[in-house]
Amino acid sequence: MAGLAASFGSGAMTNSLVDLEGSDTIFIIGSNTATSHPLVATRILRARENGAKILVADPRKNQIADLSHLYVRHRPGTDVALLNGMMKVILDERLEDTDFIKKKTEAYDAFKNLIEKVDLDAVSKICGVSVEDIKTLALTYAREGSSAIVYCMGITQHTNGVSNVKSLANLAMLTGNLGKPGTGVNPLRGQNNVQGACDMGSLPDVYTGYQSVTLGAANKKFADAWGVPELPTKVGLTIPELMSGIEKDEVKALWVMGENPVVSDPDANHVIKALEKIDLLIVQDIFLSATAKLADVVLPGVSFAEKDGTFVNTERRVMRVRKAIEPVGESHQDWKIIQDISNLFGYQMNYDSPEAIFKEIAELTPSYAGITYERLEGQGIQWPCPSLAHPGTPILHTDGNFARGKGMFHAIDYKPPAEVIDEEYPFWMTTGRVYAHYHTGTMTRRSKSLNFEVSQGFIEINPADAKTFDVKDGHRIKINSRRGEIETRVKITKRVEKGVVFMPFHFEEMNVNKLTNPAYDPIAKIPELKVCAVKLEKV
Amino acid sequence: MDYKNTLTTCTYCGCGCNFFLESLDGRLTGTIPCKTGPVNEGKLCIKGWNAHEFVQSDERLKKPLLRKDGELVEVSWDEALDFTATRLKEIQKTNGPDAIGFCASAKVTNEENYIMQKFARAGVGTNSVDHCARL
Ligand code: SF4
Repeated sequence: MAGLAASFGSGAMTNSLVDLEGSDTIFIIGSNTATSHPLVATRILRARENGAKILVADPRKNQIADLSHLYVRHRPGTDVALLNGMMKVILDERLEDTDFIKKKTEAYDAFKNLIEKVDLDAVSKICGVSVEDIKTLALTYAREGSSAIVYCMGITQHTNGVSNVKSLANLAMLTGNLGKPGTGVNPLRGQNNVQGACDMGSLPDVYTGYQSVTLGAANKKFADAWGVPELPTKVGLTIPELMSGIEKDEVKALWVMGENPVVSDPDANHVIKALEKIDLLIVQDIFLSATAKLADVVLPGVSFAEKDGTFVNTERRVMRVRKAIEPVGESHQDWKIIQDISNLFGYQMNYDSPEAIFKEIAELTPSYAGITYERLEGQGIQWPCPSLAHPGTPILHTDGNFARGKGMFHAIDYKPPAEVIDEEYPFWMTTGRVYAHYHTGTMTRRSKSLNFEVSQGFIEINPADAKTFDVKDGHRIKINSRRGEIETRVKITKRVEKGVVFMPFHFEEMNVNKLTNPAYDPIAKIPELKVCAVKLEKV
Repeated sequence: MDYKNTLTTCTYCGCGCNFFLESLDGRLTGTIPCKTGPVNEGKLCIKGWNAHEFVQSDERLKKPLLRKDGELVEVSWDEALDFTATRLKEIQKTNGPDAIGFCASAKVTNEENYIMQKFARAGVGTNSVDHCARL
């Protein structure tokens, strides 16, 4: 999000999902689309049937790669190098969109100077991708017609995640692939309401609609609306910062709603230590998750089937959630739990329904101003939707009108990942999802059908490496990183390259996040979940 | 027999597929993909087809739990809410508002996220509210 916001002034998917079907070229990087976003994959396959060229770059050969016209397997953490190499080819071949660059962007010269110095042979060595493949990627993406970029956590979950995203924005601007149907830079959100949580100001630096807490005007507007003399102007702490704050005795209480940081956070041992230490841990959830087990008080909320409200999908579409059944047991509506505690705490709230809350959101959020529950009947509405008469916005930045004025180029050099392999830890480990499960598995693993599909954790290793360690499918193997040790089952596959291993992160009892690295991106503060160095040992 | 279909949005991934939750006498029995859903147009993935299954699992929390003598035990809502509000107030008074942090969620609704950050900012007085999307 931070990367796109810096380039375009807005941190959301620029185009719509249906729009992908009309693309001439789709470049998918760091997204296991078929697994994580199956119905986006459907659109991509339809585009393919319509004649689109599909390009895939990913350290692990995922299903969508099987259907691509060109698949490249770049080494984990070398995205910037690969993208810079592609842009070098585009400049060499004079395929840049000079008109778009001149009229609609800024800071191009510094960027161009950097790219001109890129050495393709060096890039090829860093990424492990042939110069020829880099050229084909670049020429296909930059050819006539519309090209869309699709990316996911494989791009953002790195210490250089923001640089990765800015590089993708550079690539789109360089070729004028923005603001038109079938183009754009399109992040696929991992969880169902990531976009909504961000839109609602569940971030330490902004209120709803990305209005900054440090801006006097926004600060005053919200203080007035919320009936308080003043609101804090200091940017708050992110989750990794809260965890270190607990260790330093500065943070004493944490309220966790619907999340399971013990399984989802990098360096789980560190998180467990922090949560055991904290004075007051409040967990609001529907199951007794690993995090809830450490709590001082557990407040049972309800699932999506028991509540009214709204979600926002990955293409900025606000959609209704509707209550189908009564709350299970004595669980309470989540909004009601917060309101009750707020009233007891001494700050009065008197909402009578989620719709009443939504009305207040629309009043205070310009990009939601025209949205009402009534208007959401049917297909939902894509923000920005500034007035009741406005139909919503399927494509952002049309005609090069960026939310920040002009699109901003960033000159970005390749930096190796925070942790690299060495003699002691000779394997690259990357993490991700499997198709039947979702995030930390608290919901999917309690679903009989889904658990039946894939019921145990595993590690994928290349046949050549399996031979070296003398292990077969199903054998147990020990995996060590600088932070911890776990044991799991071996699954031999060519999906991963020699020297690289992959583990899904849905399985609490063999929690791969005990191994991952909490070093985080200095701007977006997303931890390095995707790459770390490990060693293997047969048991 | 009370058979109902309720149109809603999938809880699993960011595609935002629409389906009907089928229920019979208050128990969920299945999902039916929505043909006019703008994203899914009548399709669902394996997660969507089974999105009702976890909801009425036996493992659902049915009552608030409070840690007493090291163990989490079931308590009444009044006791749990009182305990939470009182402890938050004490910590805010003794250690200041920034000693309290909030982890909102990419899995709950907009309205729930909104009301949590409002309580953090206007009630407690801290901007330390974040969600796991970074993760
Ligand atoms: S049905 Fe599948 S693709 Fe659609 S939102 Fe749910 S999890 Fe995502």
